[in-house]
Amino acid sequence: MAPVVPVASVTTKVAQASKQRSRIAYLLLIPGLGWLAIFFVIPLVTLFMTSLQAESASKPGTYVPGIQFSNYTDALAEYWPQFVRSFVYAGLATAFALVIAYPLAYFIAFKAGNWRSLMLVLVVAPAFASFLLRTYAWKTILADDGPVTSGLNALHLLPDGRILNTGIAVVAGLTYNFLPFMVLPLYASLDKIDYRLIEAGNDLYGSPQQVFRKVTWPLSMPGVVAGTLLTFIPAAGDFINAELLGSTKDKMIGNVIQTNFIEFRDYPTASALSFALMAVILVMVLSYIRRSGTEDLV
Amino acid sequence: MAVSYGFHRPPAVGTVAPQEVQLSEFREPAAREIAGMMRSSLSRRRILQAAGITGVAAVAAACGASGDSGSAAASTAASAADLSDSEKTVNWSNWPGYMDSDEKTGARPSLDAFVKQSGINVTYNEDINDNNEFYAKVRTQLEQGQPIDRDIVVLTDWMAALWIESGYAQKLDKAAMPNASANVIDKLQNVAFDPGREYSLPWQSGFGLFGWNKSKLKELIGTDTLATVDQLFNPKLKGRVTVLSEMRDTMGIIMAWQGNDPSNFTEDQFMQAIDALRTQIDNGQIRSVEGNSYMSDMESGNVVAVIGWSGDVIQLGSDFGIAMPESGGTLWTDNMLIPPLVSHKKNAEKLMNYYYDPEVAAKISAFVQYISPVKGAQEAMQKVDPALVDNQWIFPTAETLNKSYVFMTLTPEQDLKYQREFQKAIGN
Repeated sequence: MAPVVPVASVTTKVAQASKQRSRIAYLLLIPGLGWLAIFFVIPLVTLFMTSLQAESASKPGTYVPGIQFSNYTDALAEYWPQFVRSFVYAGLATAFALVIAYPLAYFIAFKAGNWRSLMLVLVVAPAFASFLLRTYAWKTILADDGPVTSGLNALHLLPDGRILNTGIAVVAGLTYNFLPFMVLPLYASLDKIDYRLIEAGNDLYGSPQQVFRKVTWPLSMPGVVAGTLLTFIPAAGDFINAELLGSTKDKMIGNVIQTNFIEFRDYPTASALSFALMAVILVMVLSYIRRSGTEDLV
Repeated sequence: MAVSYGFHRPPAVGTVAPQEVQLSEFREPAAREIAGMMRSSLSRRRILQAAGITGVAAVAAACGASGDSGSAAASTAASAADLSDSEKTVNWSNWPGYMDSDEKTGARPSLDAFVKQSGINVTYNEDINDNNEFYAKVRTQLEQGQPIDRDIVVLTDWMAALWIESGYAQKLDKAAMPNASANVIDKLQNVAFDPGREYSLPWQSGFGLFGWNKSKLKELIGTDTLATVDQLFNPKLKGRVTVLSEMRDTMGIIMAWQGNDPSNFTEDQFMQAIDALRTQIDNGQIRSVEGNSYMSDMESGNVVAVIGWSGDVIQLGSDFGIAMPESGGTLWTDNMLIPPLVSHKKNAEKLMNYYYDPEVAAKISAFVQYISPVKGAQEAMQKVDPALVDNQWIFPTAETLNKSYVFMTLTPEQDLKYQREFQKAIGN
């Protein structure tokens, strides 16, 4: 007689196996979670606590734990121009980057053929050089006697007669430095588009503009959203471009945070500004994602 | 025995290995490092600040608002077991480009000679780019009484003063340092923050002064010499002028121009100078306020005239002019200190003493082009580079020295208050 396999034991085994598998999944999560806890959550909490510290009464220039929300209002009251400027510059840089990157990504995805890999490498290649060095190179490119400035001056297009040490240079630097972060997600998302959909649009007598507006653009939205976020967020917090390419009137919030942290050793104000920056960006990003309706696409 | 130059392959002169550039060090220091990278000329001192050296300043400090600001109250830093005899090494943190070096090989001749002579290995780190930034980096360890793993650090007067006052500097064993005891030039022997140089020894000094592009200046204002601050603020130079982001140099020169004494001023006088600075920034005369990046702007011709540092301007070459403003410039010194709990104090003292040998000092000054604090270096320069013996920017005459001010020693509260005003004026 064939041995009877108890049904119950089979199900238990299956259940055990799946339990084990899910346990393994959790175990595999531990390094990632640990990493986040140590390098994100703890610093974030510390930053927040620091932002509420109060100046010590007995020893001025040092700070003690406290709950001083006025750090935020004071910091914003003093530094709101740099705050606003950061978002304006970052917004402009993001817009320019999108305008430049979209055709480029489109070309790479649909027209480049065999050159595709090479072009992608070229997009990323500048990142092999130091961020700092590249920004510094812009000082040479935009020099007062350089071809760019002289050319625009000949057309009387520059109010100050120069580009370097103006807001234009800062926005140009930001656009350039974060361009790859716009191109790559755009490319990834354009590349995924089934070209037959575009062909279908054409077959159905859509004009090129209509096809772009109704087919290509909506399908590339995830790339647009990812690209704009990856450009805007770091650009808003950047301080190198403003430092090297701007003047005293083009300072951004990153410069102010740096000065408060290093020069004044005023950690609460620096932390409050950092935290406020994060909060504002978070709110902007959430409403942006909601509006563009790409929550599940990104 | 070979010298080891820190953690990385020694960078070529005037360059910094890219992997050494850290995010935390961007801002001005970054500009400085890059300025170094872009120019493969001789290297130079990066950021310089002036502070109290004179007795006048000592009085000012002692009269300060805070009770614990008296510099005499300094207590020596904690010491640790000295392993100098068993571990023949010493860790030295200095500013980039502040040491003679061979442009091609990256070797540092004077350090190599020391290693050969003493058998002590020197780990030489160019990791101080900014006084405040370096302090921020090691502050926690200092406050918690932990070693900072450096046997010698080099800090500008006012920061050195802060360290000595806070007990972050160990008393030097002068008996074991015959050169250093005998050869500090008189002017720097008795400084306010360290009378008798018990805790610190000068490394190099320098001036805050004018530098300009001769041909461009002539083109714009009709003369190729710059003598007064009024000329610097000539509207014809609009947008072609930069000043230093170092408060003590820029404000010192403006205060002297206004007829006030940068070594002894009131808050009103400081604010008066801030107003003048603001005016020149707002009307577009001052293009930007820079740390070391003004060097490359001078070279590219973007900037015609600057308030800069002597060693920097000299190294730009003969197309550029250098002069002390008629109303006065600034004078500062960078000082070597031994931090708490170092384990190679004796080795560090030997090394410091070695650099007080006049001939070695002459070699350093011939290279970095800053003022030598070592007695006899001028005579020794005859052998090293006779052309530099009469260079008043390395061996200043009494006249030049008299035209330079040492910035008043500030209490920490004053320093913070003035820094805030200054940073606000320059857009931060």
